[in-house]
Amino acid sequence: MSAVSLVLDGVGKVFSAGGRQRAVLSEVRLSVAAGEVVALLGPSGCGKSTLLRLVGGLEAASSGSVRVDGREVRGIEPRCAVVFQEPRLLPWRTLERNVAYGLPRRRRRGAVEKQARAEVRHWLSVVGLAEFARHRPRQVSGGMAQRAALARALARRPGVLLLDEPFAALDALTRLRMQDLLAEVQRAEGTTVLLVTHDVDEALHLADRVVLLGAGESAPDGAATVRSIVEVPGTRPRDRGDAELAALRVRLLAELGVHTPAAAPAHP
Amino acid sequence: MTLVQARRAGAGLVLPVLLLAGWQWIAAAGVFSAAQLPPPGEVLDALGELLRRGELWHHLAISTQRVLIGFAAGSALGLTLGGLVGLSRWASTVLSPTVQAIRAVPSLAWVPLLLLWLGIGETPKIVLVAIGAFFPVYTTVSAALAHTDPHLVEVGRAYGRSGVSLLASILFPAATPAILSGLRLGLAQGWLFLVAAELIASSMGLGFLLIDSQNTGRTDVMLLAIILLALLGKLTDTVLGLAERRLAATSR
Repeated sequence: MSAVSLVLDGVGKVFSAGGRQRAVLSEVRLSVAAGEVVALLGPSGCGKSTLLRLVGGLEAASSGSVRVDGREVRGIEPRCAVVFQEPRLLPWRTLERNVAYGLPRRRRRGAVEKQARAEVRHWLSVVGLAEFARHRPRQVSGGMAQRAALARALARRPGVLLLDEPFAALDALTRLRMQDLLAEVQRAEGTTVLLVTHDVDEALHLADRVVLLGAGESAPDGAATVRSIVEVPGTRPRDRGDAELAALRVRLLAELGVHTPAAAPAHP
Repeated sequence: MTLVQARRAGAGLVLPVLLLAGWQWIAAAGVFSAAQLPPPGEVLDALGELLRRGELWHHLAISTQRVLIGFAAGSALGLTLGGLVGLSRWASTVLSPTVQAIRAVPSLAWVPLLLLWLGIGETPKIVLVAIGAFFPVYTTVSAALAHTDPHLVEVGRAYGRSGVSLLASILFPAATPAILSGLRLGLAQGWLFLVAAELIASSMGLGFLLIDSQNTGRTDVMLLAIILLALLGKLTDTVLGLAERRLAATSR
């Protein structure tokens, strides 16, 4: 499937637990063009992941509508594929069989089976795991497992790739490598990407736009909504040392409540 | 068998050999009378005698048959009901309190009722073995399915699986190790319940051999029956254990 657009129209989510209702998201409006990479940034617990799960159909919106390629999401969305924060590979399957789990389901016979095997091989080599096809998840490192999870999602040929803090649990160096890998894959495939992250640098490095989520002024009891949308200048792939990005980083951190000593007042 | 495995099997034999030697020594020292504790040689003679008379095979065959049929029936029911209770909260609320209560009934308490309802043929013995095998299988299967990692279940759902395909691709493989150990426990308990059944009303089988040897004062036969029960139980458990290991090797 080629990249598709995504529209969130006044989306809200209310959880009820023990008879009490808690609004997590309210009136979220966002539209993502086909092939665009959008990062959802916000403090932890602000509902970023919930928003992602609404797009994937893992949860149903309480109000508003989520539309993928113009069609409303109802139930698990076949045009989306999710990569979770943990690899969540099936421990009893080899890496290649885990990637095969992501293939769109169809009757597996003869030619189709052969094609499926070729696809699995392709995605494994895209994430650099061709030599580890027969390994079990427990035999590989966390970074490799997360690459396999990415391959599983890509094997689904998603119109929208949903990434839920996919690199948060990796060490700093592996995280940078995974970001470059993702940027490369996205460039090659042109997939629409919705990336949930709490890492400002990651958002600036990978995204075309950064959407800042946070408690809205008009929203009831602190439900999160879109606070601001920042266009990231320049084209991808970006230079991590870019000065313009550094200034943007300071601004975004300030919006998240983290004030850098060298913040804006020093450069009026 | 590798050298390590052979060494481990050898180490497992050390204690039985020591026990045998101790037994021989105590019997020879005359601590107990020959009627209380005959030496190992006499038990071996009893084995030879029963083999010559052709009786032993009957006892062994009928006991093994009762355990295998009872285990098959009990574990099949345990898998079905355990699966139902583990997968459906509704089935769990309706069924588990009753099943737990029935589980609390001691095995021997069933015997009079089974005899009254099913007569003294093979059926009551097989049913008792089935009852014994049912509970460990039921308990482990329902617990394993109910506690499948929700993260993995979510992966299944996110990748378009539901119903039977979710069961086959996530829930069942995740529960397989627990199911296998449940089956082993069920088999062991099947042997336990078999002896209970045979002690009370039977004319054949290892349990009968036990009670008959008590009535005729043949302590050697009694010890033989106990040793045979130990060997058979260990043998069937080993077979299941091998199946378990092979499955683990192909799926791990």
